[in-house]
Amino acid sequence: MHSNTHHLDELESEAIYILREVAAQFEKTALLFSGGKDSIVASYLARKAFWPAKIPFALMHIDTGHNFEETLVYRDEWVKKIDARLIVKYVQDSIDKGRVKEETGYNASRNLLQTVTLLDAIEELKLDACIGGARRDEEKARAKERFFSHRDEFGQWNPKNQRPELWDLFNGKKNIGEHFRVFPLSNWTELDVWQYIKEENIPIPSIYYTHQRECVNRDGQLLAKSPYLKLKDTEKYEKYTVRFRTIGDMTCTGAVLSEASNIDEVIEEVAASRVTERGTRADDKRSEAAMEDRKKAGYF
Amino acid sequence: MSEFTDKIESAGATRGLLRFFTAGSVDDGKSTLIGRLLYDTKSIYEDQYEAIKHSSEQRGEEQVNLALLTDGLRAEREQGITIDVAYRYFSTPRRKFIIADTPGHIQYTRNMVTGSSTANLAIIMVDARNGISEQTCRHTLITSLIGIRHIIVCVNKMDLVGYKEEVFERIRAEYEKFSSKLEVVDVQFIPIVALNGDNVVDKSKNMPWYGGSTLLYLLENIHVASDENLIDCRFPVQYIIRPQLTEYHDYRGYAGKVAGGILKKGDTIMALPSGFTTKIKAIDTFDGPIEEATPGMSVTVLLEDDIDISRGDMLVRANNQPKVEQDIDLMVCWLNEKKLIVGNKYAIKHTTQDARCVVKEVHYKININTLHRIEDDKEIKLNDVGRISIRTTKPLFFDNYRKNRRTGSLILIDETTNETVGAGMIL
Repeated sequence: MHSNTHHLDELESEAIYILREVAAQFEKTALLFSGGKDSIVASYLARKAFWPAKIPFALMHIDTGHNFEETLVYRDEWVKKIDARLIVKYVQDSIDKGRVKEETGYNASRNLLQTVTLLDAIEELKLDACIGGARRDEEKARAKERFFSHRDEFGQWNPKNQRPELWDLFNGKKNIGEHFRVFPLSNWTELDVWQYIKEENIPIPSIYYTHQRECVNRDGQLLAKSPYLKLKDTEKYEKYTVRFRTIGDMTCTGAVLSEASNIDEVIEEVAASRVTERGTRADDKRSEAAMEDRKKAGYF
Repeated sequence: MSEFTDKIESAGATRGLLRFFTAGSVDDGKSTLIGRLLYDTKSIYEDQYEAIKHSSEQRGEEQVNLALLTDGLRAEREQGITIDVAYRYFSTPRRKFIIADTPGHIQYTRNMVTGSSTANLAIIMVDARNGISEQTCRHTLITSLIGIRHIIVCVNKMDLVGYKEEVFERIRAEYEKFSSKLEVVDVQFIPIVALNGDNVVDKSKNMPWYGGSTLLYLLENIHVASDENLIDCRFPVQYIIRPQLTEYHDYRGYAGKVAGGILKKGDTIMALPSGFTTKIKAIDTFDGPIEEATPGMSVTVLLEDDIDISRGDMLVRANNQPKVEQDIDLMVCWLNEKKLIVGNKYAIKHTTQDARCVVKEVHYKININTLHRIEDDKEIKLNDVGRISIRTTKPLFFDNYRKNRRTGSLILIDETTNETVGAGMIL
């Protein structure tokens, strides 16, 4: 029970209901796990939903190969802690098989390539539902997302043909080859997630807290030093005191200047923040409808 | 107003969740009001604000168009309309709010029904210059049909009628006369200017004659907990938890969300459809056992006796049972372009039960502008509302929708496309 934050009880109850509904309605599910705070909370809620039994589905990490090392260490510890199974699928394998072509240039990222690896995994493992940690407050196109989001046999999202969702009644019926993406945290905000992490005492990767890191300032974004980032002639790495607000592929996840060294300071910072967390994501800045386009193609 | 203020919680109550939806015609300023609520509660971030400022300038608009905040999809931005239900979030120190933003055109009755199905409260926008319109009536009727107990009527654009009290009072009287025929518990009226923020978050200096609360104050304080049915105990079994682990060898938990009444440890309960009775041995959660569970809580129930229970069954009290029937009358709102066909079979989802049904008869349709029955046209098409009879393949355990929204609602699913085609409210 969350004594001063009764709304977290309601959000938790709703998410648990959705997770149980997934287990009841689908045959083969995976929970998409990136090592970011949202997928951590989603998997933690799955632990709660089925306790004392094990989570009846695996966590699946689509690994771009461009990870923060801390995330991988965290991932393996976390999977043990919540007694879950882990499946890892590598974008590198998709590249080696010629399924996708590596982007080139200064803003090259494997973020988009993940979609192909994910869709291949869905087909190979015959998944009929993938649970994600996405929230409606993240981005405009997500505001209309359903809890149970239908995808056709090509993995595509059609915003004009989403099933109406009424009351607590979720329609997961589908034809062979189609699948669903399910978002139990739909109604949570960034601040809700942080408050919940605090009240439940959930461990998170260290890079969410302040640390010294070499970054390059590219168009106002602080990108972490990595072997995957190609610097322009005019650019150079400098040391900054930063933390990450989201965790994704290293090449497109920007750091924010921050001295927040514990959860209370992070919450204070998020509450006072004047920029959305996706404002630190280079992938969303490509065009006004960038997220909408990626979702239609089968992105997370 | 007294009935209303009586229901306002005392200050310092716990911070809960309020879900509301907004209804208004295209130009009533609904999107502007939502933009205003988000902006004034500091729920808009700088990058979002910069983005809509940029878009407003590109469209050649003088002011920053707050309505652009809620127009999510590209097609909508191009056409300047909202085509689906979008959800928005903001919070204050007292509450967290979830807004279902629904478009107001007549062809979007389906979206209004969808957006309002999970809401506790409706905000209905009225343009002070036009007064009560056909749309206002329709929105109110749908609100009443879907069982929303609290309505706040925002009389918007008061600046354009010289902030006159008479205009506001005239609209209030007209609305009260119209809505007295409906089942709505609480109606409150607020004169506002969404564009400038008058009476939205801060009290307006332009309307000193208005002694009531601001919109945000009402939203923060209105009491909705008692809207749940706390009397009739209903626990639809959602999922069976069997750990198959040595330390929990005999553990068999019935997971689900309480749909009505209060479950207590030690209570005698009856399982439907079997009719066996037993006692609640424990109510379990990951955080430890609890003494009682109230509506909306997801819990796991352990029983004293080992009886055969599966998903779709319902735990109730022997002396307070739901109806258990196969012939059911309901109001249906049609959500699909393929019209309802009498004699057709549809799949059903009701609580945690799956069933099939055949539509036996359409009794009448409802004129959604006047609430009059239409007896001579019984074709239920997209956005139509009508009364139908169905027969299900197995008995459903249900209550009248007015008595319990959770056990009184169902959806109809087209068996060829798997689309959700009908929203049913059991009579």
